[in-house]
Amino acid sequence: MLTVEHLSSRYGRIEALHDVTLHVAAGEIIALVGSNGAGKTTLLKALSGVQPIVAGRVRFDGREIQRIAAHRRVRLGLVQVPEGRQVFGPLSVEENLLVGAWTRGRAIADDLARIFVTFPMLADFRHRAAGTLSGGQQQMLAIGRALMARPRLLLLDEPSMGLAPLLIDQIFAIIADIRSQGVTVLVVEQNVQAALAIADRGYVLETGRITLEGSGRSLICDDRVRQAYLGVHVDA
Amino acid sequence: MATALQILFSGLTVGAIYALVAIGFTLVYSSSEVVNFAQGEFVMLGGMISATAVAAGLAPLPAASLAIVATVVTGILLYGLAVAPARDASPIVVIIITIGASIFIRGLASVGMGKEFHTLPPLLATPTLDLGGASVQTQGLVVMAGSVAIVLTLWLFLRMTKLGRGIRATAANRLAAQLAGINPRVIVGLTFAISALIGALGGILITPITLTSFDVGTLLAVKGFAAAVLGGLTHPAGPVLGGLMIGLLEAVGAGYISSQYKDVFAFVVLLGVLFLRPQGILGGRAVERV
Ligand SMILES: Nc1ncnc2c1ncn2[C@@H]1O[C@H](COP(=O)(O)OP(=O)(O)OP(=O)(O)O)[C@@H](O)[C@H]1O
Ligand SMILES: [Mg+2]
Repeated sequence: MLTVEHLSSRYGRIEALHDVTLHVAAGEIIALVGSNGAGKTTLLKALSGVQPIVAGRVRFDGREIQRIAAHRRVRLGLVQVPEGRQVFGPLSVEENLLVGAWTRGRAIADDLARIFVTFPMLADFRHRAAGTLSGGQQQMLAIGRALMARPRLLLLDEPSMGLAPLLIDQIFAIIADIRSQGVTVLVVEQNVQAALAIADRGYVLETGRITLEGSGRSLICDDRVRQAYLGVHVDA
Repeated sequence: MATALQILFSGLTVGAIYALVAIGFTLVYSSSEVVNFAQGEFVMLGGMISATAVAAGLAPLPAASLAIVATVVTGILLYGLAVAPARDASPIVVIIITIGASIFIRGLASVGMGKEFHTLPPLLATPTLDLGGASVQTQGLVVMAGSVAIVLTLWLFLRMTKLGRGIRATAANRLAAQLAGINPRVIVGLTFAISALIGALGGILITPITLTSFDVGTLLAVKGFAAAVLGGLTHPAGPVLGGLMIGLLEAVGAGYISSQYKDVFAFVVLLGVLFLRPQGILGGRAVERV
């Protein structure tokens, strides 16, 4: 569904992504893990078209999209839940969801109802300004807003960041549920254990390069991953 | 000697126009961070084109419609041809571009419509009205009522329509708006069109009172900008409050001090606010910008 070939991106003279190659098949959950500053957010931004690339190709459904404007990629079904939720703070919860459906026609009442079933708390707060919600509620809203666009591939940037453990479990359950409804998922996480546990496959990004890839299970068992990201001491 | 009531009345009348200019500033700024100093030219074009068309024999309503359409087209062209191509430039460069564009628009207006003063007939047949012993122009009431209607319509548009939501979403978070599939250039172009529309309406409303000429835009831009800064560029009620305050201040200054220094007050306010409270009276809290 998505193939990324030899992608590079930079901030001024600093290279943030170097020769990144990966692919996502329809129906998969892919986890992208890596430490702070590895370039995970940069990669998702490049895929969404809000971060310029200096080399490489991005194919979505076989079609090259690296020159397509960000807002038009959403129409193709490539939708991102950005790092830090980025809800429209002054707009109400319901308005945030309606803006999420920007690329869609008029028939969105069913989608709105479905979001309110998935996230009952959003229904309770539908007229509240999004900026007044808690971090967890804002994350639910950001995911709901993205779902309103009817994504075919959903990019999630650290959805569990800063949330209480109970909420984190909930978020991962929701991600699994989203996939079961036919949406392909690429999730960036620092919560490596939980992300790899629900992922079919995973990639490890270190200082802008893909250094490891494999099934979720094999990466959890990989000594390098265990040592670097799971805090497990491995004897050489 | 004008009575206190007359001073209040004329202050609110011109203040309403400053408020409309200030709304144009904040609307464009909130979605694009562009400070459009050609804002005053929209008011000039609205009044000048209407007056020229009426002088050429057109009835007031078609003349006003023509002026509105021409001004909105100017606003869209200003964005599309001058501002949008410079989107990667620094804010100061974009400001200079809008100042250049305003000089260009002013030049075209003086060539096409002359350098003399123009006027329009007032809307109501009775030109003056007795208000608590003071005689005031009915057109002042028309200006105030019209401005209230414009502000309410804009408010409803921003809150009740999909495009309005898109403008507010882009103002709140441009990145998230793009990720929701919104084309920010369409939104910013739309805010230029709306602020041109509002400016043109203001120009048409005020011309029967103040007259107009090709060069009224500069001072209007400065005063509207002062009003926007005074009210705070980040609060929806800011421009209205700022505009009315500057209008009142001018009227009081002209009535009790000297009408010669009328235009100085806006500059003094602007400097004072920038020194003492750069976020404006209402600015500074995390609130909606449009
Ligand atoms: N706007 C920017 N300007 C300059 N450098 C940047 C910018 N954004 C990110 N960087 C740099 O690019 C590199 C990759 O950053 P990025 O945000 O993609 O990392 P990340 O993997 O998402 O990190 P985190 O886990 O903290 O979110 C980092 O070294 C970072 O300092
Ligand atoms: Mg990141």
